[in-house]
Amino acid sequence: MSDYNQLSTKHLLGIQHLNSEDIQLIFEHTKRFKEVINRPIKKVPSLRDVTIANLFFENSTRTRISFELAEKRLSADTVNFSASSSSVKKGETLLDTVNNILSMKVDIVVIRHPSEGAAQFLSDHIPAQIVNAGDGTHEHPTQALLDLYSLQEKWGSLKGKRVAIVGDIVHSRVALSNIFGLKKLGADVKVCGPPTLIPMHLEELGVDISYDLDETLQWSEAVNVLRIQLERQEGKYFPSLREYTRYYGIDLARLEKVDHTLTIMHPGPINRGIELHSDVADSEHSIILDQVENGVAVRMAVLYLLAAQKGAKIDTLDS
Amino acid sequence: MEGERYLLQTAQLDITLQRLAHQLIENYEDFQDTCIIGIQPRGGLLSDRLRDILSDLGPFHFDYGKLDITFYRDDFRKREQPLTAYETQIDFLVENKKVVLIDDVLFTGRTVQAALTALSDFGRPQAVELLVLVDRRFHRELPLEADYVGAQVDALDDAYVRVEWEKQNGQDAVRLLSAKELGK
Repeated sequence: MSDYNQLSTKHLLGIQHLNSEDIQLIFEHTKRFKEVINRPIKKVPSLRDVTIANLFFENSTRTRISFELAEKRLSADTVNFSASSSSVKKGETLLDTVNNILSMKVDIVVIRHPSEGAAQFLSDHIPAQIVNAGDGTHEHPTQALLDLYSLQEKWGSLKGKRVAIVGDIVHSRVALSNIFGLKKLGADVKVCGPPTLIPMHLEELGVDISYDLDETLQWSEAVNVLRIQLERQEGKYFPSLREYTRYYGIDLARLEKVDHTLTIMHPGPINRGIELHSDVADSEHSIILDQVENGVAVRMAVLYLLAAQKGAKIDTLDS
Repeated sequence: MEGERYLLQTAQLDITLQRLAHQLIENYEDFQDTCIIGIQPRGGLLSDRLRDILSDLGPFHFDYGKLDITFYRDDFRKREQPLTAYETQIDFLVENKKVVLIDDVLFTGRTVQAALTALSDFGRPQAVELLVLVDRRFHRELPLEADYVGAQVDALDDAYVRVEWEKQNGQDAVRLLSAKELGK
């Protein structure tokens, strides 16, 4: 076990800002918390003096519930906020909303927002610690951490492993966070999708690009299948869903052409029958439900390690 | 080395461990409905040793585990450096069982308090006893005492009692280190 026991960053804004020691520290704690959440009493009192606000300016089921469970299992107090039922509808600015919530003494803010950089913006302007739960098409660090943890749990190490990310790369914060994280842990990364859904200059991040799914599957050891974000397809990126499925959808027949066993991941929610078919999603190739279980433990580790930093809390008893 | 003081060395330490094991047998006989739990990390090394001694002394059947109390500590965020969490290995419930908690040094009592809190997450034990190798008796901050004590030590506040094991440190010993030796 290393002596490295403190994160190098005060906020979790993106994987880009973490180093590999940070990631391994989070994973060591994830392992501990995974044991905790499999106990009869799935709770520890560590964060009982910490208040966390979950600000969701965009719809989310999995991530919101996962964060909330993680917080509760650390004994933190939580307040939830979702944009659809709040004053944002009345025209309040992000900063005003957050400052109002902060005056109710909140230590950590978990934020999901449709605009890129929203988490960074908050960290520049308010004294609380910020956890990015997805900002536009930029980053979704806790999702990437749980993807990486699930792979490391399966393989022991990601060094030299070949991982492909398939689908809508241009709109995907999961893809960007995964690319940063996979590269930091030494994996080889290939992205695959229709040319219109792969951003320009992506190769500068050190990833290979392919437009041929079968060739990509043959190359990879694990595939992270991304959701076609039906809500972010204002432009026409491909002629029809049917055509997308034909070229980039993964079904069992396609996997059987590969001469080795692949691990299939998906950040959810799955568009069944579009990017991923049920015969794969529910097969032994898939570690999708392990990802969800690991999600709670990873988020517990992140919140615990952020709160553990000295001086992290705004008003401590002895200050 | 100057100022190096041994409280117990290999031979004495072994006698003390044998005595502690025999005291446990005296009280628990066949160890029915009994769990022995070491507090991680250093209490776990001691409990491993005691378990080995007990298994030499007779076939006893008890639940055995190790408990990490990092997430239950009351000094969370008050330290310069966060503590590293170790693995908890408890695959049984302590509900209605007799529990012997094991740690190497009893000092302020705060670790034991945290361990009692942590233990309650695994059920409600019928009774809990505490076994320690070294009791630094004048430094308690909480009203807690040990039921089985290897050695009592009266040392200065800033002195450090270190229990060493052959596997980790090359010898079995209990050493008293001054603050200077620790490099503080």
